[in-house]
Amino acid sequence: MSDPVFQVGQRVRIADRTPPVHHRVPAYAKGHVGVIERVCGLHGQPEKFIRGNGKPAQRIYRVVIPQDELWMNYAGTAADRLEIEIFEHWLESAE
Amino acid sequence: MSDHDHDHEHARTFQPDHAEPTSDGARLGLALRELLIEAGHYTALEEQAVIASMQGASPENGARIVARAWADSAYKARLLANGAAAIRELGFELEPYEFTVMENTADTHNVIVCTLCSCYPRALLGMSPAWYKSSSYRARIVREPRAVLAEFGVTLGDDVAVRVHDSTAELRYMVLPQRPDGTDDWTEQQLTALVTRDSLIGTQRELDVA
Amino acid sequence: MSEPWGPHDLGGQQGGPVDLAEHDTAYWEWQIDAMVRLALKKGLISDFAELRDGIEQLTPEDYENCTYYERWAKSLAYALVSRGVVSEAQLEEKVSAVRARQEAEGAV
Repeated sequence: MSDPVFQVGQRVRIADRTPPVHHRVPAYAKGHVGVIERVCGLHGQPEKFIRGNGKPAQRIYRVVIPQDELWMNYAGTAADRLEIEIFEHWLESAE
Repeated sequence: MSDHDHDHEHARTFQPDHAEPTSDGARLGLALRELLIEAGHYTALEEQAVIASMQGASPENGARIVARAWADSAYKARLLANGAAAIRELGFELEPYEFTVMENTADTHNVIVCTLCSCYPRALLGMSPAWYKSSSYRARIVREPRAVLAEFGVTLGDDVAVRVHDSTAELRYMVLPQRPDGTDDWTEQQLTALVTRDSLIGTQRELDVA
Repeated sequence: MSEPWGPHDLGGQQGGPVDLAEHDTAYWEWQIDAMVRLALKKGLISDFAELRDGIEQLTPEDYENCTYYERWAKSLAYALVSRGVVSEAQLEEKVSAVRARQEAEGAV
């Protein structure tokens, strides 16, 4: 299925899980809610290359999270942002 | 390889490397290399060709892309919409990842990190700086970007938003710095010479009009 | 904040001032980089993700004490040994030979 599940502007939550394999989601982002900023292309998932089995290439999204929601006592402005790219299966709708 | 770093306010000290790598990890790497060459997996000539190709990449490539974007607004629009396609338009080779260029503006400053492993567009820009790979940069730039940027001599007021980009997957990033005032009639070549490596990563905001 | 997955999962951790010293790439580091690229090109490993995985599995001590290219070297060695491209015994023998040669050349 190559149609994007999420759209620009949609609120999403990044899953808070720790699979026992190489995965490209930093701990600081897990469980947080952000907004889709860009729908990116299809890429092979790193989790697949280590296991040797599993899912085909999947959609990546750029997710934007306000810094003052990400960190306690964040030293900056309410407009500061953290942007990361996340594979589709790590996201769920938070609307 | 030309170096387009201009003087910054902070001191840059050069740390010479050991002539021979004597750490365990380095010896392991050299041993592995010898085994692979002896077994015929690759040749010393192939190695030299790969190294020569890597050494051909430098921040000047990024500088030329920036200069073109400043000089040609239609190109700039294409660059911001699809970085990889626009970069290839200029004849640069890119590895097959998505490439996103972020534009600095009067009210936005962008800075790039790869917290998980120091991903960097080396095929285009050459080797990443040592600090970019450091635990300290990777740990702190996402958490306290303004404090870290201040260590680089970049102080931002509350009227400027900071956007930190963490390259966690298959995307690579480059910052398009703001064009300095007073350069309206400059040639692309002159503009290219202004752009530094650090301004492409986001640890420099103002470019010196030398 | 979630627990870091490994020693590489650094975002948001504590850290000291960033060391701004420039560090020229040593020739052996170019050689490690080239070796990784050639290992991929020749199919000795199938994807860069294998290398990152190996680096993430380094002990915290190794991760902290090794430089960037030393981590790559360790990870590639681990990957190629587990794939049977080289053996641990061969590697140990060759590391000794490299050390002996360096000592003979007065490097240590």
